[in-house]
Amino acid sequence: MEKIYSEQQNACRLAKVCPETVKFLLNYSRSLYITKYDYISFEGNLN
Amino acid sequence: MEVKIEDSVLVREYISGDEKALSILINRHNQRISSFIYSKVLDRDITEDIFQDTFIKVINTLKKGSYSEEGKFLPWVMRIAHNLIIDHFRKNKRMPMFEGSDDFNIFSVIGDDKLNAEKQIIKNQIDSDLRELVDELPEDQREVLLMRIYKDMSFKEISENTGVSINTALGRMRYALINLRKIIDKHNIVLTN
Repeated sequence: MEKIYSEQQNACRLAKVCPETVKFLLNYSRSLYITKYDYISFEGNLN
Repeated sequence: MEVKIEDSVLVREYISGDEKALSILINRHNQRISSFIYSKVLDRDITEDIFQDTFIKVINTLKKGSYSEEGKFLPWVMRIAHNLIIDHFRKNKRMPMFEGSDDFNIFSVIGDDKLNAEKQIIKNQIDSDLRELVDELPEDQREVLLMRIYKDMSFKEISENTGVSINTALGRMRYALINLRKIIDKHNIVLTN
């Protein structure tokens, strides 16, 4: 029988990142602040 | 009925300071972006890393105000992820990574035979204790033991150097070891690494 399936079936698997990664990103976003001064933007992180 | 808020609205809300909007955006597109990354890299951990880096870029760009809204949030994020996947493969090409399997572990072939810091300290302590114990031995026994163990001399060489017969040298070595054991037992010394 002709082989019609992809050899890498894993590639079609649905994936989702873990809640910790999402939490990290949300915390990163909350801690990041950007100050603009005279066309220059400064990044800072408040922890 | 639940009303689905458009991505463009959420982006605007996030830029104006609503952190919840980002949470909705990430959760809404989590599966789609993760599956896209996973389909290219085929590794869970790398998928997590690239997803994280993608959204760090997204967050930075949005907070800096350099994002121009054209109603295409998801394609924009996918493009960032795509570029990071390319970076990942470029980096791996420069620094190919070797992964072992259950049957073969690279560290069984290339290993560092040096002791770790803790074991080195213990070894130094044992060497120092042993030197003190050897100093306790009678002069003739200590002389033979030092030549045999530390200078790696044969009993024939020891007998020639000390002017005694090989049998005498052997006997002195035997008594040196017996006496060392006695001293160790007497003081309850532990000499193991």
